[in-house]
Amino acid sequence: MSLVRVTDLTVEFGALRAVDGLSFTLAAGAALALVGESGSGKSTVASALLGLHHGTGARVGGSVEVAGVDVQTASDEELRRLRGAKAAMVFQDPLSSLDPYYAIGDQIAEVHRVHARVSRRAARARAVEVLDRVGIPDAARRARSRPHEFSGGMRQRALIAMALACEPELLIADEPTTALDVTVQAQILDLLHTLREESGMGLLLVTHDVGVAAESVDDVLVMRHGRVVEQGPVAAVLGTPARPYTRELLSAVPRVDAVRAPSQASDEVVLEAVGLRRDFGRGRRAFTAVDDVSLTVRRGETLGVVGESGSGKTTLGRMLVGLLEPTAGEVRHDGHARAGVHPVVQMVFQDPVSSLNPRRSVGESIADPLRARGERDEGRVRGRVKELLERVGLEGAHYERYPHEFSGGQRQRVGIARALAADPRVIVCDEPVSALDVTTQAQVVALLGELQRELGLALVFVAHDLAVVRQVSDRVAVMRQGRIVETGPADEVYDHPQDPYTRQLLAAVPALDPEVAARRRAARRELASA
Amino acid sequence: MNGFAGFALRRVIGAVITLLAISVIVYVVFYVTPGNVAQITCGPRCSPEQVHQVTQQLRLDDPLYVRYWHFLEGIVAGQDYSTGTSVAHCAAPCLGLSYQSDQQVTQIILTKLPVSLSLVLGAMVLWLLLGVGTGILSVWRRGRFTERALTGLTLAGISTPVFVIGLVLMIVVCGQLELLPFPEYVPFADDPEQWAWNLLLPWLTLAVAEAAYFARLTRASMLETLAEDHIRTFRAYGVGERAVVGRHALRGALAPIIALNANDVGSAVGGAVLIETLFGLPGIGQELVHAVTVVDLPVVVGMVLVIGFFVVLANAVADVLYALADRRVVLT
Repeated sequence: MSLVRVTDLTVEFGALRAVDGLSFTLAAGAALALVGESGSGKSTVASALLGLHHGTGARVGGSVEVAGVDVQTASDEELRRLRGAKAAMVFQDPLSSLDPYYAIGDQIAEVHRVHARVSRRAARARAVEVLDRVGIPDAARRARSRPHEFSGGMRQRALIAMALACEPELLIADEPTTALDVTVQAQILDLLHTLREESGMGLLLVTHDVGVAAESVDDVLVMRHGRVVEQGPVAAVLGTPARPYTRELLSAVPRVDAVRAPSQASDEVVLEAVGLRRDFGRGRRAFTAVDDVSLTVRRGETLGVVGESGSGKTTLGRMLVGLLEPTAGEVRHDGHARAGVHPVVQMVFQDPVSSLNPRRSVGESIADPLRARGERDEGRVRGRVKELLERVGLEGAHYERYPHEFSGGQRQRVGIARALAADPRVIVCDEPVSALDVTTQAQVVALLGELQRELGLALVFVAHDLAVVRQVSDRVAVMRQGRIVETGPADEVYDHPQDPYTRQLLAAVPALDPEVAARRRAARRELASA
Repeated sequence: MNGFAGFALRRVIGAVITLLAISVIVYVVFYVTPGNVAQITCGPRCSPEQVHQVTQQLRLDDPLYVRYWHFLEGIVAGQDYSTGTSVAHCAAPCLGLSYQSDQQVTQIILTKLPVSLSLVLGAMVLWLLLGVGTGILSVWRRGRFTERALTGLTLAGISTPVFVIGLVLMIVVCGQLELLPFPEYVPFADDPEQWAWNLLLPWLTLAVAEAAYFARLTRASMLETLAEDHIRTFRAYGVGERAVVGRHALRGALAPIIALNANDVGSAVGGAVLIETLFGLPGIGQELVHAVTVVDLPVVVGMVLVIGFFVVLANAVADVLYALADRRVVLT
């Protein structure tokens, strides 16, 4: 008997059909990944398995059967017994998915007591037990902590512990590692794997990341526009994709082992940082975000700055642009020390939604740097903005449109056009593609490369994604705790990492080949037990 | 505990500075206010000689900073006052003597304050029960008739002037139905039961007006919390609606309720003038209004300082409660 049987599922929100005639089954103890880009309907399917669309106004058609419960016709009481006890869900953002006001142990105990008739004390003990099982050190004490006292990885472990508390037959994990650093991601994926081996529960993994799927499941289902594109064993689908869309998706995924053609870098140094340091806070709460960082950027080359969250890479990027004053050290353009922002160095921000003013047309936003430089002739401003819009692959007629009318990738193009408006020689890109789907990501990366070749721009590409950084960079600097631990030509750093931290980072990157993934997991386990 | 001691110390210092600043402002405002204070104090039939004598007695000729210095001196060291015939001593935290009655301001405060505190603290219990209860109920029954009815009632509560509520209550309860006698203040120490019965209507009046705001705030904050991700987590684990609303959504609404409550308690100590007047309660608010009309500077300063003290105190208490309710808050 299958654990999950979904037949001809459709989910409609008003006029939008998010899921369109989807069918699949999941055998008891098996693992299936739903892979797709944003808007493919994969998370909607996950919610439908628990009947979370009940009472939200969404129209659900077809049939969904989970652990013997027909979710479509189940009463509220039957649904409550299904949720948590038979099928438990782990959500994407572990911070916002836990109640900030209660101790983590109490939250797990509360969920446990909904399904098991046990005393408060027994439920607390159970919470400590599952927290211990997911690898929270000193679980009895940490069970009394509140979510904000946990790190991102520990929060995700706590959510997984909550799922384990009632020993469900099915674990639904909706983007469980998207908000996490790559080394933490590897730990969580390994944990899921171990737990599955021990308890024999089924896993339904929802992810946009093909690599994460390859690491964790037996079967994969590729979704697009709410429909199945392709479905089968993970090695077959990812190894020899039958459908054009799957091939497109796979080719867009940046590979950490791909060698890149070098750009035409000259020897002319356009941007230089000497002994940059930045402290935040005062007294006991003071900490150093960037500590004695020196680097040079040459005309026409791309310097990749890679690191995990908290490594200081964004602070460094902001100092290079002049948005942050360094505590010590200096930034030099063309050999001259400069303070404050300067048209020569421009920035492209991470979040294309919040970095554009929603109440102004994109044309006005792009025109800002031109006006700031004293251009008063309206005709010339408009002409230049239209030229820039076309240059980044949009249309001149988009001048009057507002940010919400654009997709994420298009908004990032607007951000790039705005950076270009000041005729910069260097553009610092802070996580420019991390909010985008892989296919869009590939297009934006290609655009940046094109602009670089045409305009002889130097790029500083700050990102946490090792594969993307390799794809774009000539030279790479690896940051950890505010310092550069390793720097050099990209191929050298990636193929022959010298620093142990760089090696650890590279070992944590999910592999697209399930066999390689299994080998790496084994290696990580050995490393952990040693 | 070191953190809490530091917090308490910083708050006390802040309160002293705030109160000093308030007193300076009141002194300056009075100094620049037109009108002959001595004439008003003495009365309309006083001769110029008598007015001159009053001016001397009250030291109204002294420059502003000298008078303010005397005021500070009185607080620290006490003060001797000549009342024309005899010399009265006013002991250490001395806020001066009333121009009108020669009573010590500290004495006036001690008689008025229990009345105001009785009114405000009793009403607070009622408004929290009524307001937060209404808020929870309207969230619990959201989208149904109950919610719409409660929303309508809340709007009515906010838009009805407080003296109308009080008058109607008094006419109906005391006049028509004769359930209670017309209220008259009885000190708690004299007769606790009579104290409560007589304050019941003032409490209700103040509470109804305030509760409407609390109902709105509770409802809005809870609905906001219900839209957050962690609520989805508990729903996805089969936690019932009662626990989701009563435990998780309410907890998220607690912080804004605490903040609003501190604000309202603090300002109601001196601000419930309408209710004090309506029900004949001799409280701080009434006394302040009276003192302002007769330009009785020491009394005004005293009352304003009392009010300021309670506003500061209520906010400090709120900060502590806030930090207890939300452990992410660090007291500084």
